Amino acid sequence: MQLVQASGISKSYAGTQALKNVSFTLEQGQVHALIGENGAGKSTLIKIITGAVAADQGTISICGNAVGQTTPALMKSLGVAAIYQQPSLFGHLTVAENIALAVEDRSMLRKVDWVKRQDRAKQLLDRLGARIDPDQEANSLSMPQQQMVEIAKAIGGDARIFVMDEPTASLSDTEVEHLFRVIGELRAKGAGIIYISHRLDELGRIADQISVLRDGESIATRPMKEVDRAELVKLMVGREVSAIFPKQTVPIGETVLRLCGVGNVGSEIRGVDLEVRAGEIVGLAGLVGSGRTELANILFGLTPATSGSIELRSKSVLIDSPQAAISAGIGYVPEDRRHHGLVQSMSVTENTTLATLSAGLLDFEAERQIALEFASKLGTKTASVDAAAATLSGGNQQKVVLSRWLATKPALLILDEPTQGIDVSAKSEVHALMVQMARDGMAILMISSELPEILGMSDRIAVMCQGTIAGVLDRSEATQESVMHLAFPVLPTTRGVA
Amino acid sequence: MKSRELAAGLVLGAMLLILLFAAPAFFAPDNLRDLLLNSAGVMLVALGMTLVIVAGHIDISVGSQFAAASVATGLLAKAGLPMPLVGLLVLALGALLGAANGLLVTKLKIPSIVVTLATMIILRDLLRWTTEGAWVQNLPVGFQWAGLGQTAGSVLILVKTLVAILLVAWCLRNLSAGRQLFATGSNPDAAVLAGIRTDAVVTGVFVIMGILSAAAAMLNAIRFSEVPGNPGAGLELKAIAAVVVGGASITGGRGTVGGTVLGVLLLSVIGSALTYLGINPYWEKAVQGVILLAAAASEAVRQSRGLKGSYASR
Repeated sequence: MQLVQASGISKSYAGTQALKNVSFTLEQGQVHALIGENGAGKSTLIKIITGAVAADQGTISICGNAVGQTTPALMKSLGVAAIYQQPSLFGHLTVAENIALAVEDRSMLRKVDWVKRQDRAKQLLDRLGARIDPDQEANSLSMPQQQMVEIAKAIGGDARIFVMDEPTASLSDTEVEHLFRVIGELRAKGAGIIYISHRLDELGRIADQISVLRDGESIATRPMKEVDRAELVKLMVGREVSAIFPKQTVPIGETVLRLCGVGNVGSEIRGVDLEVRAGEIVGLAGLVGSGRTELANILFGLTPATSGSIELRSKSVLIDSPQAAISAGIGYVPEDRRHHGLVQSMSVTENTTLATLSAGLLDFEAERQIALEFASKLGTKTASVDAAAATLSGGNQQKVVLSRWLATKPALLILDEPTQGIDVSAKSEVHALMVQMARDGMAILMISSELPEILGMSDRIAVMCQGTIAGVLDRSEATQESVMHLAFPVLPTTRGVA
Repeated sequence: MKSRELAAGLVLGAMLLILLFAAPAFFAPDNLRDLLLNSAGVMLVALGMTLVIVAGHIDISVGSQFAAASVATGLLAKAGLPMPLVGLLVLALGALLGAANGLLVTKLKIPSIVVTLATMIILRDLLRWTTEGAWVQNLPVGFQWAGLGQTAGSVLILVKTLVAILLVAWCLRNLSAGRQLFATGSNPDAAVLAGIRTDAVVTGVFVIMGILSAAAAMLNAIRFSEVPGNPGAGLELKAIAAVVVGGASITGGRGTVGGTVLGVLLLSVIGSALTYLGINPYWEKAVQGVILLAAAASEAVRQSRGLKGSYASR
């Protein structure tokens, strides 16, 4: 049976056509992947299916019944549940309460059965293999934990149609495995799943059917088995992308960063020894929660080191604030581009020069020149450098953040998940930029949860586990297995036995 | 000019136009001068409040700061200090009071509404206790109008207010500190990660707020021959209302000096206008409330039309 039948859907926003006559079908017991570059219309299509926006033209049928006016409440009652890339929990409510809001009866005067509420939350989280206390406030959870709660909310109701928009973006590999197992169970029960991801390898594992959108049009729908990665990339971008990870060998220079026994008590980082040399890209791999971002926060002075020593270009430095880090020559592109990277309401120019503002008078013309220079160097697509950063697509926003740090001429650039949630062609542009920066003699420390990216881009790979570096692998010896082997904690009982 | 400022300007323009036909007496020089002199205090405080609100904070202790600075002006002048020195000392007192607010907000991470609620009450009651409500009287001759006489004194007050407006507007646009202020108010996390000392920015803004409250108190005090024991009640609300009417976003990151100036003028003109139009002036507060609500409503409508509107009604 067809769970979702969308036909002839068109939608335009303020003159730009987001979707043109798109048709989409989701069968029972099917995982239907939806891919396309940013701006291809994926978000618009799923927003129409979840009722968040209304289509201009076309019809939507759920289980064979045409739906007229779509609203979020109506689509939810018809069995549509959604998981988005960014978790949106109620921060001051507990995990159990957040889940209850999604799965329990909404009548205002119903008496709450607290024991049942608790049990239900526990059950759902166990089913996902997530070790989260249902009594914890959502605010206190890490990003991946919040995402697991979002997933629990979605599977806890009696939905039959699941819309998942990059659900694994912030998850570690173990959590992804649990999610995939649950997706398998849902599929076996006859539910349908619309699955959006930029991680093509994932899709190969779980998708049955794949649809490619490009520029608001439906380009192709194929069984997943019949397409390969190269073909998908080609369908998405409409052209051949030479290589997805264009790492080239560049001469490696002197040591830029040397860490000896660096640690921070509060963030549970201890005994980190690491070197990054000029022209080198060091990948920082590890499971979510292994301390990669926490280490970056130490290096950037957000949570200064409480032990160990940091040397930059053979000089011992004290990094106790972001200002100290910047003047020592460190740049940091944070993971959460929207909330931590950009000031959305400010222009491209203002965002570009934010880290290089000197005290005193602003020089508007000089700022504009810097913004224009980097926009053309990085190929940032924007209506103008005076446009608000919020109006740019994800990949172009990332280029603006990169511009800001390139403008500081850093010796060491820390990139935290530099290509998360940006489309394939923007991704390869960012990778090419990284190679260019390395060639210019910059030392790069790249945090990534995407193993192919780590393996493809890094000269050396430092794998973190439980707050310290478990091992460093050379490019030549690193494989998915060897990295994962280091990333997973060794259980205390087995340590020293072999 | 941005649309919100334009709206405030249009309403003010329309009101003046109505007055021009219905009550031309409103435009008598004496009335206009009194109107401007009466709003100079609020203007200075609202100027500081614009910065505080752009930074994403609020300061409700400004009325108490105003009172403390007023009394200090009177007492120091009475003690025989020369007026320029009185001025400097009172501004320093304002800076100190502002610094206390700023440091409590940034170092202890207490929300600014709570900090300034506390300092508002503490200052106000400290003053009540020390002055026991008594006015500062028998001030030296050189106190009122700074010894310049009413006309020159009025000009002095208005010129100083105008200078403050222009200076703040210029700094906000042309100084790096202004840019850092907008970044801090729009997205404090991103600002910290771009290397901006947001704590210093916020503390600085509270200090400027304190200085402007003190300046307002002083320029207001010298219009009279005596200083009341506990003036400035409700000043914080007038200032915040003017800033919001002037188009600033109460959540931070957006606001202009031009908008605030229009907001202050709009709210100030109403009282006088009602009198000249033969309407009971008791309506003043109600009309001001309606204008504030209209400004807030237009902001809400603007946001819901935005690309990233919220689905829920907040």
